[in-house]
Amino acid sequence: MCLWVRLPNGKSLDKMEKEKIMQAVFLGAACASIILVALICYCILAQGLPAVYQIGISDFFTGVKWRPSNDVYGILPMILGSVYVTAGALCIGVPIGILTAVFLARFCPAKLYSILKPSVELLAGIPSVVYGFFGLMVLVPFVRDSIGGTGNSLLTAALLLGIMILPTIITVTEAALRAVPQSYYEGALALGADHVRSVFYIVVPAARNGILAAVILGIGRAVGETMAVMMVAGNQARMPQGLLEGGRTLTTNIVIEMGYAADLHRDALLATAAVLFIFILLINLSFTYFKEKAVNNG
Amino acid sequence: MVSFYKKYGCKPCSILLMMAVWLASCLTILSLSFLLVYVLAQGLPYIDTNIFDIKYTTQNLSLIPALVNTILMVVLALGLATPLGIFAAIYLVEYAKDKNRVVNVVGVTADTLAGIPSIVYGLFGMLFFVSFLKMGFSLLAGSCTVGIMILPLIIRTTEEALRSVPISYREGSYGLGAGKLRTIFVVVLPAAVPGILAGIILSIGRIVGESAALLYTAGTVAALPENIFSSVRTLAVHMYVLASEGLHMEQAAATAVVLLVIVLFINQAAIRLAGKLMKGNPNG
Repeated sequence: MCLWVRLPNGKSLDKMEKEKIMQAVFLGAACASIILVALICYCILAQGLPAVYQIGISDFFTGVKWRPSNDVYGILPMILGSVYVTAGALCIGVPIGILTAVFLARFCPAKLYSILKPSVELLAGIPSVVYGFFGLMVLVPFVRDSIGGTGNSLLTAALLLGIMILPTIITVTEAALRAVPQSYYEGALALGADHVRSVFYIVVPAARNGILAAVILGIGRAVGETMAVMMVAGNQARMPQGLLEGGRTLTTNIVIEMGYAADLHRDALLATAAVLFIFILLINLSFTYFKEKAVNNG
Repeated sequence: MVSFYKKYGCKPCSILLMMAVWLASCLTILSLSFLLVYVLAQGLPYIDTNIFDIKYTTQNLSLIPALVNTILMVVLALGLATPLGIFAAIYLVEYAKDKNRVVNVVGVTADTLAGIPSIVYGLFGMLFFVSFLKMGFSLLAGSCTVGIMILPLIIRTTEEALRSVPISYREGSYGLGAGKLRTIFVVVLPAAVPGILAGIILSIGRIVGESAALLYTAGTVAALPENIFSSVRTLAVHMYVLASEGLHMEQAAATAVVLLVIVLFINQAAIRLAGKLMKGNPNG
């Protein structure tokens, strides 16, 4: 496409020059993602962190009250909300996800696999508003009628997120299980273990780093999810009072109030985003660490 | 029965574990099929000609403007992100030497971009594109934001597609006297097209389903845009607004069906293409 570049004076570029220019263009494109990450870091942190100082570091992080109308900004309720919801989602998503991945990698008949695998991919593609709608129409009444409370609760959000992180956990875990050398499995069989034991005592432990990476990626998804959680969690900005009561997470705090916030309130929301961003960066770093470890060990 | 024992053993622990594995898979597949059947059952009865009117009013709650906006958003975002992503991947695969520092850093930043939650992208877009570059709540600001969101996906899938092109293709091209640039554009890229396309189609799916990043960058105006600086709402945002108002659950359900059908169709296309790549290339 750029082989026909002409200079203003009508001469075409000579071949070496073209090569060099295009190499610089490619390098520039590659650096774009570095620049973008730096820009995002700068925008979020530069706007958010001054607000943290203004509010007071300990007031901001350990304050149990979020009252924008009185200029009281404590985000501990939201941090705990995020932690509860994520922990709940992991309790549901991790065992089901890992066992499903084991099934896909080692137990599944080929015919069933050709149905199951696309279904999991399909689950990953469903937009979060559709999940939220499903949660609102099905899970909220279900929790209200069969467990208790109003239905708009942390438990409902955890249930919904548990389903939402399934595809992430299944896909990454399955890849990790498939990367374990077949000789491990065969060695276990040769020592007299049956199929189930070879898989669970040899193959699964050998894939542990990959599985951990899967769980961490699932945590990232759960912490970062916004719209679906907002539609089912109740969103009261107070300390979590129990699984059946409503609560608010870091992400929903931002999206609910950003529409009308101004001044310090707006900066406090950006500071919330900065906290969320730092959480996510830490999660990403540990994901990269375990992924590399899995590759090196494999 | 004998073969069953041989394969799975008859120790209680093994049988329990195997039952757990089957149960978990059944739960996964059940939750998916329940979700699909439920959304379809709720939405299909309300798909009528009203919601496909050209103009949105509070009476008909038409989704056509939102649909058109979504398509425009996808085209603009892809126009921004695809060249950038493909060029970045070309540098990583064709130019950078192994264990190059740039490759490492770009890899880490691409993973970081992929992990950032969409609401953080939304805030970034609001601060940078909407306020700092003064684009306002607009189609352009929204598409820039989602363009950045899909960048890592395009880089990673293109990188994989380029790496799966056999080295012999390049050697053959050099052997015939082509330069590096010509080799890349005439030999390597065409061979990697199915993989790149699969990545692009996956990105389309992500843009179509995105709502949190667009709420504060593209806004929620339910009309066809006059130009790229008009505020627009995409289909996912449209559905969110309908569902969160709580008054139009029927139309929200109908929109969910349209959204689901589009996303499922897109995903299937991506999977088909990726499969084609696997088959077409023995080394892949």
